[in-house]
Amino acid sequence: MKSIQELEEIRNRMRDQMATREKSGGYRIVVGMATCGIAAGARPVMRALIEELQKRNRNDVPVTMTGCIGVCRLEPIVEVIAADGSKTTYVKMDENKARRVVAEHIINGNVCVDLTIGAAEKQAKSKE
Amino acid sequence: MQELSLHILDLVRNSIAAGATKVIISIYQKGNFLYISISDNGKGMDKDTLRSVESPFMTSRNTRKVGLGIPLFKAAAEQSGGTFEIESAENVGTRVTGSFGIDSIDRQPLGELYETVTALIISDPDINYELRLESTKDAYRMDTKEVKDVLGEVHITEPEVMEWIREHIKEGIRTVFGGVLNEVNSGIGRNQE
Repeated sequence: MKSIQELEEIRNRMRDQMATREKSGGYRIVVGMATCGIAAGARPVMRALIEELQKRNRNDVPVTMTGCIGVCRLEPIVEVIAADGSKTTYVKMDENKARRVVAEHIINGNVCVDLTIGAAEKQAKSKE
Repeated sequence: MQELSLHILDLVRNSIAAGATKVIISIYQKGNFLYISISDNGKGMDKDTLRSVESPFMTSRNTRKVGLGIPLFKAAAEQSGGTFEIESAENVGTRVTGSFGIDSIDRQPLGELYETVTALIISDPDINYELRLESTKDAYRMDTKEVKDVLGEVHITEPEVMEWIREHIKEGIRTVFGGVLNEVNSGIGRNQE
């Protein structure tokens, strides 16, 4: 069984590292996690975001859940909010797209335009 | 919803929306039934709200006038031959309980409970979550308040801590529900990991 002793060892290790940790590019990520989002697959999307951030040592970027954003047909929805408050809304997300958003948007600062709600709406219109 | 753990995630999100600071997720076996019970110390509901909560046309949200979380959970319980119950008291809290026929072909698998719990912790680390598992074989308990007490100034969302919690829950599920629920994705039957 995973023991409390192991947890204490982790604590002691982390305590030493805490001071050296780098802080924040100012982004935060919000995942729509109401019934609609969960049913559409938001939990594995959130997991992929967190894993990808960890892989790149960017644990300073908080990933949180929110309720229904109001466009359930486009779930799972992920919002990336920059330090200045500007928001990019990514729709119909999956694990691969989530990893791409971390690499391209969070790490390199380039919005994945083709995954945004704007692109999805444009595509829907051209089909009409 | 494809697994019971996703319903649990949805129901705990309701607790958080109700201002809960402590949520108890209890999963236990009684005879041929698996019970899932979520209780919180949120703001609770008055009698009228409580009566309407099983209706898909009830929600506390403003973006849309349809709420499906509780009706979906109730339907999942009933389709497996189980029952659903909700109790609530204003300013005290709410408890939602569903029972699921363990051997029913229409019972959804428990699924990746450890993913549900770790996602909840990462999103709202200040809320205390207690997980209780119990079967005729064994019992398991984890309280994030106690984990935080051990960690001191180290934050619970540190990746190594989250990994410890994930594995801790997997082992708990294996000891308590291995041989009781036969599932692949719930962490049972992965002894060689």
